[in-house]
Amino acid sequence: MGADKFEISVNLIKMAVIFLMMIQIVPILVWVERRGSAFIQNRFGPNRVGPLGLMQLLADAVKFLFKEEFLPKKGVALLYYAAPVMALVPGALALASLPLSPTIHIEPFHLFGQLWAGVDGKGYDFAFQGFSINVGIVYVLGISSLGAYSLLMAGWGSSNKYSLMGALRASAQMISYELALGLSLVGILMIYGTLSFGDMMKMQEAALTYGFFGQKFTIPFLPDWGIFHNPIGMLLFASASFAECNRLPFDLPEAEGELVAGFHTEYGGFKMLLFYIGEYGHMLVASALLAIFYFGGYNIPQWLMTLLPVNHIPGNLGAILFALLAHVVLLTKIIFFLWVFIWVRWTLPRFRYDQLMDLGWKTMLPWALVNVILTALWIFCAQG
Amino acid sequence: MTSVLPVIVLFFLVVAFGAGILFIASFLGPKKSPNPAKDMPYECGIPGTEAPDSKINVKFYLTAILFIIFDIEIIFMYPWAITFLDYIKKGEGAYIMGAMGVFVLLFIFGLFWEVKSKALDWD
Repeated sequence: MGADKFEISVNLIKMAVIFLMMIQIVPILVWVERRGSAFIQNRFGPNRVGPLGLMQLLADAVKFLFKEEFLPKKGVALLYYAAPVMALVPGALALASLPLSPTIHIEPFHLFGQLWAGVDGKGYDFAFQGFSINVGIVYVLGISSLGAYSLLMAGWGSSNKYSLMGALRASAQMISYELALGLSLVGILMIYGTLSFGDMMKMQEAALTYGFFGQKFTIPFLPDWGIFHNPIGMLLFASASFAECNRLPFDLPEAEGELVAGFHTEYGGFKMLLFYIGEYGHMLVASALLAIFYFGGYNIPQWLMTLLPVNHIPGNLGAILFALLAHVVLLTKIIFFLWVFIWVRWTLPRFRYDQLMDLGWKTMLPWALVNVILTALWIFCAQG
Repeated sequence: MTSVLPVIVLFFLVVAFGAGILFIASFLGPKKSPNPAKDMPYECGIPGTEAPDSKINVKFYLTAILFIIFDIEIIFMYPWAITFLDYIKKGEGAYIMGAMGVFVLLFIFGLFWEVKSKALDWD
């Protein structure tokens, strides 16, 4: 966790802050979702509580806290109560392993009458990241597939046939699209040759460069982002992550026209809100991964970067300001993709279940394979 | 172990947060008031016709088995993808492409056979 008290406390604080980030983004996102859907469907949406209806979710949370505790008569109490808690876990654990800023180097400094210099006396290296795991992608894929357990527990624990059907659909859908998700990432792994998120973002700093049989062509005004090297992979990854988050057009697990509310039919009050926090946490992770793999992470085009005065501030202050700027850039991209999630939800209709399975197995999986082969040939030609 | 420790710490933090919220909510809300309509499994509001523990045919076990096979095949591709660029730079590109070509052919054959034998049809 760290070498001395300073490092350990900073790491713990970062972890707690990232977890709270996930919790507190939910009210904002629910507000955006409701106002956005109202905007798309030409109505008002919540606009009474506070300015622009921004306090709506705060009021909702208080209301949820004061709801009656309810357990279905034949339900399995342990599974029923554990499911909403477990719904939080994959989002939080995956989000904490994503680097939300570049690594900052803090020079040794004096505080509380003591010199803080790290183990080797050269200062500290921090990134805005809960913990750094060197097999980043594999860890995130593994953790986020734990999400299926929470849905299955909810479906089985509430002993309602609609819940169980929703849970079965959810798990079948999640494992089917996980194949396309995993395979679509192979292309990006071939291009970067690393599993670590930080290294990936560092490789996207320069201007866009294509290689062709050993020769290099540079396009100076475009950044070297993954989308310009692997557009098919980006499309496949984006649509598979919609399915992984159980968002429309893939929200069959809770298809309210057929299954009442799917796996959370028997849930109410704060237990239901915890499922929402889990879902939005999943969306947050998916958006962050999209930004990191295909849209440069915290990078902005290089010519824009050189114009900014923040590069010329020396010392710890400059390092912290730079990291803050990079964090804001990454956050802006994440917010844009979160808006895309919401936008798509209110634009596209839901699939039928057999169409969904066909799309996953018979369309996206073969296309992901094609993507792997094309990327391999592309890199082979580029290097000559 | 040291790299897993923060994951475990965060896991317990998250579980404690969720369980704590549920505990507080059960404390603050009104007391339980059982009544037969509330305890019934919810079915759109009309009185339920089926027993709550009636059997449901779990058809997706075949999908799950196929998933395991294909997922392992995909995981095998990861180390190959990571070292791909190194091999190309060493000038052994034809070897690494050929090796994976055989694997991908098997993968395509498996997928084709699966679709042909209607293992993926969901009814």
